[in-house]
Amino acid sequence: MKKSPAKKRQPKTSRSDFFILRLYIAGQTPNSVTAIANLKKICEEKLQGKYRIEVVDLLEKPQLAKGDQIIAIPTLVRRLPPPVKKIIGNLSKTESVVVGLDLQPAR
Amino acid sequence: MPSAKAKSRFARSALAKTPTGIQGLDEVTGGGLPKGRVSLVCGNAGCGKTLLAMEFLVHGALRYGEPGVCMNFEETEQKLTANVASLGFDLRELSKRKLLQIDYVSIERNQIAEAGDYNLDGLFIRLAHAVKTIKAKRIVLDSVQALFAGVGDSAILRSELQRLFRWLEDQKLTAIVTGEAGIHTLTRHGLEEYIADCVIALDHRVTEQVSTRRLRIVKYRGTFHGTDEYPFLIDDEGISVLPITSLVLTHKALMDRVSTGIPALDEMMEGKGFFRGSSVLVTGTAGTGKSSLAANFTSAACARGELCLYFTFEESPSQILRNMSSVGLSLERWVKKRLLHFNAMRPTSIGLEGHLAAIHKLIGELRPSIVVIDPITNLVSVSGNYDVKSMLVRLVDFLKVQQITSMFTNLTFAGDPQERTAAAVSSLMDTWIVLRDSKPNGRPRRELYVLKSRGMAHSREVRELIVSKSGLDLGAVLSDHTVATHVAGQ
Repeated sequence: MKKSPAKKRQPKTSRSDFFILRLYIAGQTPNSVTAIANLKKICEEKLQGKYRIEVVDLLEKPQLAKGDQIIAIPTLVRRLPPPVKKIIGNLSKTESVVVGLDLQPAR
Repeated sequence: MPSAKAKSRFARSALAKTPTGIQGLDEVTGGGLPKGRVSLVCGNAGCGKTLLAMEFLVHGALRYGEPGVCMNFEETEQKLTANVASLGFDLRELSKRKLLQIDYVSIERNQIAEAGDYNLDGLFIRLAHAVKTIKAKRIVLDSVQALFAGVGDSAILRSELQRLFRWLEDQKLTAIVTGEAGIHTLTRHGLEEYIADCVIALDHRVTEQVSTRRLRIVKYRGTFHGTDEYPFLIDDEGISVLPITSLVLTHKALMDRVSTGIPALDEMMEGKGFFRGSSVLVTGTAGTGKSSLAANFTSAACARGELCLYFTFEESPSQILRNMSSVGLSLERWVKKRLLHFNAMRPTSIGLEGHLAAIHKLIGELRPSIVVIDPITNLVSVSGNYDVKSMLVRLVDFLKVQQITSMFTNLTFAGDPQERTAAAVSSLMDTWIVLRDSKPNGRPRRELYVLKSRGMAHSREVRELIVSKSGLDLGAVLSDHTVATHVAGQ
């Protein structure tokens, strides 16, 4: 896994390491509920204060599915920092989420 | 358009059908695809799957008032729109009129990581949203196997696909799902296992450098369907499937007659010549006057003011004009008067389907009353005998429906029993005129007889065919052509 240049420098809070994470769900299914809980937990541990989570329920706003090319539910989209990354699943595999979002260099 | 008779037969089947609007396909499926069900269209890359699916949507929108959704996994909307624009389909306009919704689903495997359990509700929601927006009745998923590349967990995917197909049926949507052909199975991921109602396989094969497209209905539950492989064409108007034998033989037999161009030959056929709208086969060895007979036939028709279309696979039009002027036939004036149209094609230039398409098209444009194909033998060089036969069946059917009188020449080879090469096609022909040469006492002469002519009391006598500067004529009856003393003209 490549290290992003922003990671290497590890500056104090700048715009480039602020995370905007959007989680797409479809109603309050067990997977959705689990995903929200898992995401909050991971962010609190790794990104205190440097993140924002947006939860989009596609049952309410189906037209939003096209924009981020959502097919699987739940899907987590890292909108910031670039590049855009996607993780599908209920985020129960913490390691995969941390690697997938590039929260710390992979070992 | 299926005839009334055909309709009554199909009405008996319980399955409701959704017409595709694709020429010929509705005929071989007995009315179209199963209504409210999922059909699978599979085949290799470039076999026409997407086109078939898009035509289903476009015709649905324009002809049957059924809006459609295309969920596309491979091409962007722009690309798809550009691709079918060459066929005169304006997808943008259809989208604007809310008759069509295209949703491009991009799956970038390298952007997606998996972390835990998921399902494909996102896809369902998108589909449902698109369907709801335009009140769609038709759906195309082209092609779902892209999901196999994008979704790592194939166990999830398989159960989700099953759920998807069930959902489509619950929504009473008539759907086409396309799939790439596999090596040992119809589709690479065995999609056919999920689709019980209708599976159509397309094929694009090249034999001896000539490509032919074929369509086969692998299964169609609850419906009588043709099981043959049907050749189909893709031209600038889209797909047309050509049933090898029309399911219905309903063309009207005309009682009018058409002169053969030789009064004495007319005389042999009740004094009136061929039936209008019938098909005539002229066979003979090299140099027996087949082309002359055909040219004479067209010349006489032009003199009556009828439009003739002459397809030549051997000689260029100017060559024919020159050669025919040597036997007293001035065809040039008819060409100038635009009564006689030549179309010269190298048989090997395009495949049989291409020839058939070209012939269909020209006939559609010019609406001739007489068509000559000279000779059909050369088409055999393009493809096997069987293919030529099936093509000719379709051509003859087409000509009869159009009530066009047609003449086909066929070169037979010396020593070859002429029946053998001609037998393949003769059963399609209403009239069969045999030309041959013989050399009684070393004096060569051409002979002609009418081997068969359906629906009339024709003469079975052998006559000498006289080809001279003043045109074609028949000599006296050769009561026994081996008797040398009975030479015509004496």
